[in-house]
Amino acid sequence: MIHDLIAIIDDYWLLLLIGQYPNGPLGGLANTLILSALSIAIAFPFAILLAFARLSTYRMLRWPVTVLVYVTRGVPLLMLVLWSYFLVPLLTGADVPSFYTMLATLVVYEGAFLSEIIRAGIVALGQGQMDAARALGHSYFGAMRYVILPQALYNMIPSMLSTFVATIKDTTLGYVINVPDLTFAASQVNNQLLTQPFQVFLILALTYYVICWSLTSLTNVIERRITRRRAGLASKRRQLAISLTPNATEQP
Amino acid sequence: MKGFDLADILANPDYVAMLVHGIEMTFVIAISSWLLAMGLALLLLAIRFAPGRIGNSVVAAYVSYHRNVPTLVQLMLWYFGIYTILPSGLSDWLSAHFAEMIFAIIGLGLCQAAYFSEDLRSGLRSVNPGQMEAARALGHGYVSAMRFVLIPQGARNALPALVNHSVSLFKNSSLAIVIGAPELSHAIKEIDNLSFRTFEIYLIGTLLYLVFSLMIMAAGAYLTWRADPANGARR
Repeated sequence: MIHDLIAIIDDYWLLLLIGQYPNGPLGGLANTLILSALSIAIAFPFAILLAFARLSTYRMLRWPVTVLVYVTRGVPLLMLVLWSYFLVPLLTGADVPSFYTMLATLVVYEGAFLSEIIRAGIVALGQGQMDAARALGHSYFGAMRYVILPQALYNMIPSMLSTFVATIKDTTLGYVINVPDLTFAASQVNNQLLTQPFQVFLILALTYYVICWSLTSLTNVIERRITRRRAGLASKRRQLAISLTPNATEQP
Repeated sequence: MKGFDLADILANPDYVAMLVHGIEMTFVIAISSWLLAMGLALLLLAIRFAPGRIGNSVVAAYVSYHRNVPTLVQLMLWYFGIYTILPSGLSDWLSAHFAEMIFAIIGLGLCQAAYFSEDLRSGLRSVNPGQMEAARALGHGYVSAMRFVLIPQGARNALPALVNHSVSLFKNSSLAIVIGAPELSHAIKEIDNLSFRTFEIYLIGTLLYLVFSLMIMAAGAYLTWRADPANGARR
C-alpha cells in the first residue's frame, strides 16, 4: 500500500505539481495555488468596495450589494461556476480558457464573503473611532483610509487567511468545468493508471490536507499574536503586567 | 440563440418531473447526511469530553482531516477510491442500491459531522464553568448536570453556527453531481442538455437553491429567537 503510494508519486510528481506545463497549459498544484492567490488578490479591493457600499447610507448602493451577498451565500458555488461557464464566453464573445472562468467565479464568490468579514471588522470597531476621526477634521474617506481600515483590516487578518484556505478548497470545483488544477491532474493520473484509484485519490486528499493544515496552523498562530497585541493595546496597566511577567503571556 | 422563455421549461411535464425528482433527491441527501452528521457529531463530542487522551486525539485528527480536505475531494475519495477496494459482495450490493446516493450521504455526513462537533464543542466551552460547579453543588451528577444545565445552554450558544453549517450542508449536496447522484444540479444540467435553454433553467435552479437556503436561514433565525430566554423560551 505505502509502496504503491510512493511509486505513484515517483512517476507522476511532475504532472501533479505543474501539469503538462512546458508542452501544455500550466496545471497541477502550481495552478491551484496561483488560482487561489490571484482570486483573493483581485477579490480583496472589490470586497472593500462592497463593504463600503453595504455600510453606506444610500439605498441605491446598499440594496444591490445586500442582494449580491445573500445570493452568493444562498446558492451553491457549483451553480455559480455553471453560470460563469455559460455567461463569461457569451459576454466577452471570446473562447475564454476555463482558468479565467473559474477566476471570475471565485472573485465574485470570495469577494462577497470577504466583504462580510471586512464589514464585520468595521462594525466591531465601534462608531467612536469614526466620530473621533471626523471631529479631528478627517473627511469620511480620509477617516476610513487612515483610521478605520488600518485597524479593521489588521484585526481581520485571521479571518482573511481562513478565507484563503477556503478558496484553495473551492478551486476544486473547477474540476466540473475542466480547470487544469491539482484535482484535474489527479484524475488524469487515475485515467492513466486505471488500477489504483484509491491510492491516487488518497494522495490527492493528503496533498490538500498538508497545504490547508499548514495554512490553518499559521492562521492560529497569527490570531493568537493579534489577540495578545490587541489586549496589550487596550490598557496600559495590562501591558505593563504582561511585560513584567513574560511567562504568563505564553499560557493559552 | 432563442428568446427568453421560461414557459418552454415550466410547461413541459417531462422537465418539471425531472426538476421535482431532483429536488426530492437533494432533500434525501441533505436530510440523511444531516442526521448522520448530527448523530456522529454528538458521538465525537462525547469522546472529546470523556477522559482519555487516545480518544481525544483520534477525534482531533478526524476533525482536522475533514476540515482541511476539500469536500469534493472527500466525495471523490469515497466514490472513486473506497468504493473500488470494498469486498465484492458489499460493492455489488451498493451498486444495486444507488451507490452514488449512499456515498454522497456518507461523504457529506462524515464531513459535516466534523463541523457540527466543533460548533457544539465551542458552544459548550463558552458556558461558564461555574455552571457545572453550581449544578454539582445542587446535587446533580455529572451526566445529569450536563443534560439539564450545560447542554441546554451550550446548544443555545452553538445554534447560529449550526444553522450556518446546515445551510452549507444543503448547498454542498450539489457537489454530488461529480459522482453522478441524481440530485437537483444534475437535473438542471440534464434539462440544459435536452432543451438548450441554458439561461432559463439555470435561473430556475438558482432560484430554487436560493429559496430553500433562505428558508433554512429563516428557520434558523426563528429557532435562535425562540431559544433566547428573553422571548419566553422554557428555561
